Amino acid sequence: MPAEPPIDVPGHLFEAYELLTASHAAGIPMTPIAGGTDLMVQITGELREPPARMLDLSRIDALRGIALEQGSLVLGARTTYAEIRRSALCREHLPALVEAAATIGAAQIQNRGTIGGNVANASPAGDTLPILLAADATILVGGQRGEREIAVGAFFTGYRATALAPDELILQVRLPLPKGRQIRFRKVGTRRAQAISKVVMAVAWRETGGTGWSDVRVALGSVAATPIRAAATEGVLEGALPTPEVADRAAEALAGELSPIDDVRSTAEYRRTVAARVLHRLLREAGGW
Amino acid sequence: MSFRFLVNGAPAEVEVPGMRRLLDVLREDLGLTGTKEGCGEGECGACSVILDGQVVDACLVPICQVDGHIVRTVEGLSLAARERGALDALQEAFLERGAAQCGICTPGMLMAARAYLDAGGGAEEGPIREAIAGNLCRCTGYTKIVDAIAATASGEA
Amino acid sequence: MPTRTLTPVIDRGTAGALVVTPGEVAAGRATASPLRREGPAKLTGLAKYTDDLVFPGAWYGLTIRSTEAHARLVAIEPDPDVDWLSVVIATAADIPGDNVVSLIKDDQPMLVPVGGEIQHHAEPVALLAAPDRETLRRLKGHIRLVTEPLPPVFDPEASDHEFSRIQILHGDLDAGFEAADVILEGEYRVGHQEQLYIENQAMIAVPGDDGGIVIHGSMQCPYYIHNAMKRALKLSSVEARVIQEETGGGFGGKEEYPSIVALHAALLALKAKRPIRMIYDRHEDLAATTKRHPAIIRHRTGVKRDGTLVAQDIEVVMDGGAYCTLTPVVLSRGAIHAAGPYRCPNVRIRARATRTNTPPNGAFRGFGAPQTQFAAETHLNRLAERLRLSPAELRHRNAYRLGDTTPTGQVLRESVAAEEVLRMATDFSGFEAGRAATARRAAERIGSGTIPAGALWTGTDRTASGIGLALAWHGAGFTGSGEVRLASVASVELAADGRIRILTAQTEMGQGTKTIFPQMVAAELGVPIDSVDYAAQDTAEVPDSGPTVASRTAMVVGGLCIQAARRLKAEVEVRHAGQPFHEVFREDAASHGATRIDQRFEPYPGAEFDEETYTGDAYPAFGWAAAVASVDVDLDTGEVTVNDVVAVDDVGKVIHRVMCEGQVEGGTLQAVGYATIEEIKLEDGRYLNDRLATYLIPTSLDAPRIHTVLVEAPYSGVPHGAKGVGELPMDVAAPAVVAAIHDAVGAWITELPATPEKILAALHGAPTRGRAVGPGPDDAGAAAA
Repeated sequence: MPAEPPIDVPGHLFEAYELLTASHAAGIPMTPIAGGTDLMVQITGELREPPARMLDLSRIDALRGIALEQGSLVLGARTTYAEIRRSALCREHLPALVEAAATIGAAQIQNRGTIGGNVANASPAGDTLPILLAADATILVGGQRGEREIAVGAFFTGYRATALAPDELILQVRLPLPKGRQIRFRKVGTRRAQAISKVVMAVAWRETGGTGWSDVRVALGSVAATPIRAAATEGVLEGALPTPEVADRAAEALAGELSPIDDVRSTAEYRRTVAARVLHRLLREAGGW
Repeated sequence: MSFRFLVNGAPAEVEVPGMRRLLDVLREDLGLTGTKEGCGEGECGACSVILDGQVVDACLVPICQVDGHIVRTVEGLSLAARERGALDALQEAFLERGAAQCGICTPGMLMAARAYLDAGGGAEEGPIREAIAGNLCRCTGYTKIVDAIAATASGEA
Repeated sequence: MPTRTLTPVIDRGTAGALVVTPGEVAAGRATASPLRREGPAKLTGLAKYTDDLVFPGAWYGLTIRSTEAHARLVAIEPDPDVDWLSVVIATAADIPGDNVVSLIKDDQPMLVPVGGEIQHHAEPVALLAAPDRETLRRLKGHIRLVTEPLPPVFDPEASDHEFSRIQILHGDLDAGFEAADVILEGEYRVGHQEQLYIENQAMIAVPGDDGGIVIHGSMQCPYYIHNAMKRALKLSSVEARVIQEETGGGFGGKEEYPSIVALHAALLALKAKRPIRMIYDRHEDLAATTKRHPAIIRHRTGVKRDGTLVAQDIEVVMDGGAYCTLTPVVLSRGAIHAAGPYRCPNVRIRARATRTNTPPNGAFRGFGAPQTQFAAETHLNRLAERLRLSPAELRHRNAYRLGDTTPTGQVLRESVAAEEVLRMATDFSGFEAGRAATARRAAERIGSGTIPAGALWTGTDRTASGIGLALAWHGAGFTGSGEVRLASVASVELAADGRIRILTAQTEMGQGTKTIFPQMVAAELGVPIDSVDYAAQDTAEVPDSGPTVASRTAMVVGGLCIQAARRLKAEVEVRHAGQPFHEVFREDAASHGATRIDQRFEPYPGAEFDEETYTGDAYPAFGWAAAVASVDVDLDTGEVTVNDVVAVDDVGKVIHRVMCEGQVEGGTLQAVGYATIEEIKLEDGRYLNDRLATYLIPTSLDAPRIHTVLVEAPYSGVPHGAKGVGELPMDVAAPAVVAAIHDAVGAWITELPATPEKILAALHGAPTRGRAVGPGPDDAGAAAA
């Protein structure tokens, strides 16, 4: 039986803000919990000191919902992976995200785990995070001091660290849907379900009628302390078409700019090699050769 | 803190810390030991229960989130549960096809299967395997479990 | 007795399972599949496993473990600023009897004593009991172990402490190699594997007023625990009482390890004078309990050009971990099976097991044979490649037949089904056609120049398919004179109330003991199965019929029960002028009272084994198994998908078809996991894969469709002909998967598990990169990592 830290259960967003602010002012860190699929594991497994105090988000309806707003897909922070998979809006406008949601855990985890939790947990292996990076997503956060929108590229500040202030909550994830943009996703996991990724990748580009890809994004997880974008690789692909020669150069660039590590799941060598090969395959498929 | 919810159709009320796991509330406070703890990390699915119609790992659910909600455990699959004749179709299929060996994964497996079938899941192997991918079994190799769920889907169709 | 195959009816069903219908159902013979006796309880959540039991007033126990692999224990220091009065601490000083976990050698302490040596990470040093788990969690970090580090040994080949050494000699090895046309060498390595029963280790110790202790727990062998308790706690046979509760899987992991948990719970219970619950969580179970012995196996093999084996020189080194536990017996079985099920006139097998400063390794399904047969079969498959012979053809040429002699000099007089299972496996799987198809595809791939020349790039094919084969034998029951030494007793009783009771120590852990024993006895007596009870595994109630291991339960103890039932039948019928038992037994019970028949194990006819020279009949009979695995390898990532396994197993006699298939399917998947994703890495003698998120077993999406074919080549030395099924399937699926990987991508992975990392490295490091067929270079294995 694990530790059972005290928990507050607000019924509305403004209550949650009050509790967060008060706790922060009293010098007691407060840990929000949504689906609990990461946090409960950390508490039970005694992977860190148990949280001093917790904040239950499960009653706050303002954090739910999937909508299209001004050309962006807007997901409430409490949107579960199962909801993403079932959502007609997600399937139509961001199938890569649906694909990613299907690779997370299995039914039990998908029914409870949330996109806001994936973002807040900030694991380098978070499976939706490369898609958010590739899509130039923004994270809407809020508190008593007001709301602000943070570009996802600026959100992950270090290993399991985010730009979220202690008195703020993640409210929404917003994914712009520019016309003609494609996103592809691939996760190489440790097994076929209930798997943490060894390499997880999302590649986005806009096709502009045969004159080369633009706005290329190559984002990866499990190859650094945070989810990252591969700038040199993006440079190779920007303005180019996915020919065999371009694919070879891009794969080489990616292998060159990554510095993954050896860990219990895999090796640096494997991660580097497979990331390059997965990108190469993706470009091959896009180029149809 | 006090929490009220439905378990297998009957009201339950517990006075426990809000972060107490649903798994511990079921097993220790309510004496429903059918739901098992295999890992406490949400990996094995032995603790699977159905919460508001969805299969979840009870080891990952704090009880404060269950307040006002509906829980179904293995004990609730067939409410007149003592005689063999009172098993539901899914349990009967498991029994006849040898889908349970040591039985420790069985309650969780049944709940995952039941949630799948209740949502309209069919007899195709791929979707069945996906539905139970969060339930580890070490004894059976899954073959007879998949058989039993498929047979139930065909029968219940 | 002739070999019989249950004629399969190919009905793919929804899961692709082969439905096998028995060729004949004789009256009174147990060939049906009665429903699992404890099935309804398991399916409704009413079955009580150890942690489900409630004992009012019980406290919770916890083990304080070493964090170093090798050190002298200088002191155990509870934090002086903590109030320890409300809890109980126990150390070695509290042990009333011998501080030893009684097994084979007396080298493993129950708790490391102050002044003694810590020999492995997670070794138990002290015990703590508290009224609630919150207190345990709060206090466990406040007991300091003061130690002086000692140099650890982690390489079994560098260790100077040997647990066991065996040599098997047959024929003239030098002459054999002289006569060989081709000689191939190979080195193979297998890693740790965790049994991963889904129910963690669990014991509850309840002290009695008489100074005795009752243990309730999850276990395979109540009498192992009973013996251990008598020794360490100085209890008599009556004062120590062990009751097996519903057990959620064992696979060998609950053969010897539970004695430690029980001893710890009991010691705390004696000191606290209240019941103690010692329930491991998964992390502790993964970090501290026994695993399959890792091994290094080297082969040097001589063959004629036509594939006939003429010389086999085999070396086996097993890593026993820090203490002896069952290592000599694991090494023994591994050595005896090391040459594979093949006729070869000149064989030398040298096997040894050594100590390292890692947690002790122990029993796991197969018990040494999966390790050495992975090597033997992979080596033979490499030989087939070298000789340009089909792997099936090479095996048919050499597989044992009736009358052949094994390396220990045992003549196989009956019950040989090697060729039968081999033929069934290749026929059912379309093995030769599958190999031809992969060869064609590989040739196309080569010709089109689309195999990537470098590590970073892809080819046109995203995946490659392959098919692989393996054959194995598995000695039935205990090695050599093990059964004679056990002197098992099983009893069948007609109770005064008219119920028929079976009394044995054989435990149910999912394999079906509670169902098939009443099934066999009821069939023998001609009564309905519901008239027969199976007594609980309680040392106060049942005789010691030996441990539930070595696939001996149905074969040996089931055989004893059938014999006991026959005697009971005869005795009762004599009292009623020869009227059939099923008509008179209730009346007999009422008038005559209880009749109990105790059946003691009698040595098998003609079976003698010399443990000094390792010659003679190692086992009364052997089971035979073949497997064909079909895989797809992702050429970009090295990931392996095992699509199908055809598993053919000769079990002597199928007693319960559904449960027998269940054993084959479960064992096959464990072997697939062994071959692919079940990896344990160590750092400083500590397992890094110590959570279920990092120790991976196959999920339903990782599992292949398993097609089971059951074959019966009965053994005449037991009344029903059964030879056991639990472990046999574990010997073949791993080498079959590795052979399939080679068939797909041309790389031999000679170290298990065959992870994507190793496969990808082999694809790019291997000189034969780009060729999927043809002999490899004459080296010790083309693989990598």
